[in-house]
Amino acid sequence: MKLRSRHLLALEGMSKDEITLILDTAETLKEILARPIRIVPTLRGVGVVNLFYEASTRTRISFELAEKRLSAEVVNFSASTSSVKKGETLKDTVRNIEAMKIDMVVVRHQASGVPYFLTQCMKASIINAGDGAHEHPTQGLLDVFTVREKYKRIKGLKVVIVGDIKHSRVARSDIWGFTALGADVSVCGPTTMLPLEIEKMGVKAYSDLDQALEGADVVNVLRIQLERQRGSLLPSLREYSNKFGITRDRLNRLNQNFTIMHPGPINRGVEITPEVADGPHSVILDQVTNGVAVRMAVLYLLSGGEGKVE
Amino acid sequence: MNNYEKEKGVVSEFDLAIVGGRVIDPESKTDRIADIFIRDGVIKRIEKPKSKLGAKETIDAKEMIVVPGLIDMHTHLREPGREDEETIYTGSCAAVAGGFTSVCCMPNTHPPIDNQETVKFVYEKAKQAKCKVYPIGCITKNQMGEELTEIYDLVQAGVVAISDDGKPVSDPQVMRNALEYCRMFDLPVISHCEDLNLSGSGVMHEGFVSTSLGMSGIPSVAEEIMVARDIKLAEFTKAHLHIAHVSTEGSVELIRQAKKRGIKVTCEATPHHFSLTHEIIRTFDTNAKVNPPLRSKKDVEAIKKGLADGTIDCIATDHAPHSIEEKDVEFDFAPCGMVGLETALGLVVTELIEKKILSWSQAIAKLTINPAKILNLNGGRIKKNFPADITIIHPKTLWVVDPTKFQSKSKNSPFGKKRLRGKVFCTIVGGEVRSRE
Repeated sequence: MKLRSRHLLALEGMSKDEITLILDTAETLKEILARPIRIVPTLRGVGVVNLFYEASTRTRISFELAEKRLSAEVVNFSASTSSVKKGETLKDTVRNIEAMKIDMVVVRHQASGVPYFLTQCMKASIINAGDGAHEHPTQGLLDVFTVREKYKRIKGLKVVIVGDIKHSRVARSDIWGFTALGADVSVCGPTTMLPLEIEKMGVKAYSDLDQALEGADVVNVLRIQLERQRGSLLPSLREYSNKFGITRDRLNRLNQNFTIMHPGPINRGVEITPEVADGPHSVILDQVTNGVAVRMAVLYLLSGGEGKVE
Repeated sequence: MNNYEKEKGVVSEFDLAIVGGRVIDPESKTDRIADIFIRDGVIKRIEKPKSKLGAKETIDAKEMIVVPGLIDMHTHLREPGREDEETIYTGSCAAVAGGFTSVCCMPNTHPPIDNQETVKFVYEKAKQAKCKVYPIGCITKNQMGEELTEIYDLVQAGVVAISDDGKPVSDPQVMRNALEYCRMFDLPVISHCEDLNLSGSGVMHEGFVSTSLGMSGIPSVAEEIMVARDIKLAEFTKAHLHIAHVSTEGSVELIRQAKKRGIKVTCEATPHHFSLTHEIIRTFDTNAKVNPPLRSKKDVEAIKKGLADGTIDCIATDHAPHSIEEKDVEFDFAPCGMVGLETALGLVVTELIEKKILSWSQAIAKLTINPAKILNLNGGRIKKNFPADITIIHPKTLWVVDPTKFQSKSKNSPFGKKRLRGKVFCTIVGGEVRSRE
């Protein structure tokens, strides 16, 4: 089996089978990461550029490692060192990059829809590494992968995403990814951070954390993004922490074998207490490990690979 | 000269005849087959078909609909300042291609039309234009929303209304003064209703589509709160308020209630607000980025209902040319606006007349006599001794929109490849054929 598209722009609209293919491929590739020499020649000669218009540590390093472990030629570009400051348009920038024979572009940008825009400007395969508050599909995939690895299934699990749903691309990709595989997904946050008609995405919406957590298996705690707080969506972080912070006391509402996730970076003591973040149910570092395998799977499949890795 | 005249060696009494067409004049409730005879730029005779009158030139309008020349009361011509996007001349070419014989140009140019000299400049440039051009002046100096322009001066120079279109007048005291002052001149104040604090960094309608795309939304209430404010101010000042580009269900309802209470408020809707919903933004087409934004299906239905019951008086294009360079960028960074002069009539026929929302006469009224009355223009009628501004329409022709073929200098339309019914066959301004298929 192959993926339908040459690009990975969003998890919205992706079928269960396609997502499963990526996860299964990632499972195989994860074994490579456990070997003493963690490198395979699969993408030898494939030019990949990491085009980051927004600051990122984890995602950029994760993609770069995934590319290098598949033996791709990797070029990094970040907005602060580029010609963006000289007033060049995005379209001109990417067309210039493409003129240097690039096969794949991994893009992060603060504006929703930029990965789609790039598919209209150039021939390379485009991988969305986060566009505005729209989607972050590889994060969604690694979250689903991490949960599947632990429970051996997704169907029927109760997943709760807590935080600023309105401005979170992780929330959107998680919603599409988990619901496609049959999980029961809820979102929870202050009413000012729940976007209009979110229920139409197939989720339940709560502003009462205890209610949302009742009987949940997986809690994905989103970072409260201080840099996104335009206006007054929140009176204070203190108040947020009191009403929505994930503390040990709140965990007794969850199912026994519960899981705590966080896409990082963590504001310790704001959205989650250190004891929960570092506790036995936390898979936060597993998520990071799995991120490399999932991104390798995506790169491999989009470059034309089929189900089995040679 | 026709053959009869050649044989007899007589000189025709008329310059132009339009014969055999279905003449619709909403003002006089005319809807019948008739022949129209024009001399010296003026309609001289309207006769039963097959009259023996002759003219130097005859247009056969059989199977066609003959209406008063269309009037667009909301056009951006970009001159002075952005002649790379549109000029008064190229905009007028687009206008006549779309069946418009008059356009009213908004004052948000560079510099803005906020003084007599700029009004005179527009009229001077308009001498070369293919259609009539009526400037609208600014409400406030440099559209800053602070000090009133010299409105009496602007009126003397010939503005037909004032507006800070593109921007709201945020300060209610300034708006009050504008309305009160304009009452002296019986001049309508055209309001761009938007609360800038509520629209904030929004780039599209706030609803399910903005939620799933993760884009900042412009809530309906950002418009409605200003519509409500301006209606209250119009009631208080007894001035004439005209609300531009109504886009939400709530605005339509507020205006409907205001009209019932006898407040002097009129309004317009654009073809894109009755033809498109926010769903189109899923393709990230920056040509569909407009202000006010394309709204939900419920809003589109409410606009249609408002058009049908007369709450919405006019259909205006909000023709807003932008260069390809400006539009071919990230959605968040693209400017708002789409061109509309050359698709308006097709959209009216396809979305309103074919779908039985409006009759031909009702639809044409919203493009002719209604804006003429609101702005006190001498036009919008097919009547003896009125200017011979006439549009002839092929009602049945199906055509496919191709923005590359537009007369407008800019091509920013989201309607490319759309099939429309109803095409302009001929546009006559002051008795002269200015566009012909």
